Amino acid sequence: MSDMSVVVSNSLFLSAVLFTIGVLGVMIRRHPVIIFMCIELMLNAANLALVAFNDYHYSKAWPALDGQVYAFMVIAIAAAEVAVGLAIIVALFKRRERVDVDEINLLRG
Amino acid sequence: MLDLVWLAIAFPLIGVLINGLFGRVIRSKLISGIIGCTALGLSFAVAVLTWLDYTYQFWTTRDGPYYEVVLWPWMYIGNLKIDAGLLVDPLSIVMFLFVTGVSFLIHIYSTGYMAHDEGYSRFFTYLNLFVAMMLILVLGNNGAVMFVGWEGVGLCSYLLIGFWYKDMYNANCGMKAFVVNRIGDFGVLLGLFMLFTYFGSLNFTTIFKEAGSVLEPGSWIPLAIALFLFLGATGKSAQFPLHIWLPDAMAGPTPVSALIHAATMVTAGVYMVARLNPIFNASPTAGFVVALVGCFTAFMAATVAMTQNDIKKVLAYSTVSQLGYMFLACGVGAYWVAIFHVVTHAFFKACLFLGSGSVIHGMHEEQDTRYMGALAKFMPWTYFTFLASTIAIAGIIPFAGFFSKDEILWQVAIWQTRFGWAPTMLWIVAALTALMTAFYMGRVTWKTFQGQQRWTPEFVEKHKHPHESGAAMVMPLVVLSALAVVAGFLLFTPPWLGNNTTLKDFLAPSTANAQYVKTHAAAEPGQHQPEHELPAPGAEAASAGHAGEHHAAFISLGNVTATEIAFAAFSVLLALIGLLVSRQIFVNQPKATEAWKKHWAPAYQFSLNKWFFDELYHRVIVVPGTAVAYACWRFFDLRIVDGIVNGTAWIVGVTGHLVRPLQTGFVRNYALYLLLGVVILLIFNLVK
Repeated sequence: MSDMSVVVSNSLFLSAVLFTIGVLGVMIRRHPVIIFMCIELMLNAANLALVAFNDYHYSKAWPALDGQVYAFMVIAIAAAEVAVGLAIIVALFKRRERVDVDEINLLRG
Repeated sequence: MLDLVWLAIAFPLIGVLINGLFGRVIRSKLISGIIGCTALGLSFAVAVLTWLDYTYQFWTTRDGPYYEVVLWPWMYIGNLKIDAGLLVDPLSIVMFLFVTGVSFLIHIYSTGYMAHDEGYSRFFTYLNLFVAMMLILVLGNNGAVMFVGWEGVGLCSYLLIGFWYKDMYNANCGMKAFVVNRIGDFGVLLGLFMLFTYFGSLNFTTIFKEAGSVLEPGSWIPLAIALFLFLGATGKSAQFPLHIWLPDAMAGPTPVSALIHAATMVTAGVYMVARLNPIFNASPTAGFVVALVGCFTAFMAATVAMTQNDIKKVLAYSTVSQLGYMFLACGVGAYWVAIFHVVTHAFFKACLFLGSGSVIHGMHEEQDTRYMGALAKFMPWTYFTFLASTIAIAGIIPFAGFFSKDEILWQVAIWQTRFGWAPTMLWIVAALTALMTAFYMGRVTWKTFQGQQRWTPEFVEKHKHPHESGAAMVMPLVVLSALAVVAGFLLFTPPWLGNNTTLKDFLAPSTANAQYVKTHAAAEPGQHQPEHELPAPGAEAASAGHAGEHHAAFISLGNVTATEIAFAAFSVLLALIGLLVSRQIFVNQPKATEAWKKHWAPAYQFSLNKWFFDELYHRVIVVPGTAVAYACWRFFDLRIVDGIVNGTAWIVGVTGHLVRPLQTGFVRNYALYLLLGVVILLIFNLVK
């Protein structure tokens, strides 16, 4: 096992841990801001994996930075998503005073 | 010019577009009327030019009597190839000329008759559409195009019968006409399907060319095709048993009755039979059925016409009766005589109907002849044109009706068929019908224009006396009655009276019947021989079909000229008797009829109630039909159709109810579902 693959496997392990934390946070926490932070965690776990894989595949035959570019796109979209999400939360707060996602259940079957 | 024949259809269609789309914008009766009449005038001009061109150009250089104009390919599906094409030949030219000519006159008349109607531009839209459809019917070069026109004229007939649709009775009459016509139309369709099956084409020229080889004379195939087509003809041309719609069609405006329900549309059936004469020639039995139905209808309608009081009903039954004569002529194989009668009948019957319209107009919507009488003084133009047409339809020499009707009777007499008793019996019935025709036409004329004034007190109080119609209405009457006088001897005279065979020679390429040619040629060598003799495309089939049946004619052909004169004299005598007896009764002794009505009550009621056909059909067809429909509604509609629809809704509802608990409203649950989905997909991919 070369140094490179050790770095990659460690990075992927970290990525998996971060992702799991994010998933658990989304499912367990009730405050929307925390949920958003967890979503960010998941996105960044994915970014980490992308960068790690790019590093792993980087060679003279394939001297590209697709993974990094992709990670930047994810960050940009995440920013946009946060902007919309926070606006929703603010609107919700103005209307309800409390922002507990369990109370937002109008679409219950 | 022959290539531009489609213009004749295009002009009325342009009229339809202008009047139909912008009639409400134009709002000017003058402009609407001018557009409608101009379209028809141009159409008639095209007809005349086509005729001249055909006669003087095509006639000399032709290699056959048919000139086809293919406009565009219409349906190419597998081996079914149908073009939108037109066929110019003598038969279509004759129909073309009189349809556009008579329509033009009736359009002019309508400008006067409908002057006070609010649906003026709508009326001209329908009339123009009708003429366009009728021209498609008579000019189409294949069965499919003809069927378009066939259905189109039916539609226009429906629209125009129910023109005053605010009265429920009129709307119902339109519906009756449409439904009865549909019954016939399915026969036409089946006939066309069979034609396609056996000929592989619907083109008339192909059918004519191959009829001799494809159809085995006397077999069931031509018989079935001919009977299916004839069923359609009975619907469109109001023959027994589908004649019941025509008298009710009189609910429409009178110009419509004249144009559609007397002069042109109802002759479509006769035209079709004449057009497809090779099929009918190939089956003597079919010809026999046609002759029998035609003769029976002629007789039955004449008996009904004798007792009707409504002036338009008399004319309607008279039309049914005359159409019966035409089919009688078709049935005995004398197609050109049928077309001859179509043409002369168009002139005098259009004139009679327009005259009756003029009477109704002058009497302020009174249609019952019992409340008329002595109108001659007040409406001299209408009276003399009506009288001329009455004499023409009665068949007094030298009016047009004499020549066509006498020729039909003569053709029946010399008919050679294996049904030995048929010519004799049909001739006797047809002659009797001629007598009745003269009688009922005399009756309606005398009751309307002569005798005592029997106007209703309200009418006298309100209008004092009837008035003659305006120039727009009188002018067409004069033209048509002039044609009703002269059209006969200009087109045809029998051998003993000048031997004018103009129409016969002209039509010969389209309708020449081997049997007829043979008979007359054998009888009078050199005298009756048409100059432009062309064997009909189906001639071989016909002569083969009639082979060995040359023994059953009503009269022997020993001294033809003397016999023919005797026959003609006899039919004129019948006509005179009918006219004079009716004059004696209805002008001089109107009281006598009351006693006879009582004395012959059953017969009188039978005739007055039109042989109870409507009641019979109501009992036998309408009532059971309604019962079946009711049963279908109760069982099929309510149980099966509604069951399927309601069942679908029920299944959706139940499914929704079952999966409803999944929608908890907790975001985390949804996130869990997502996660589960991802995990399942991952596992699935890893295992694979």
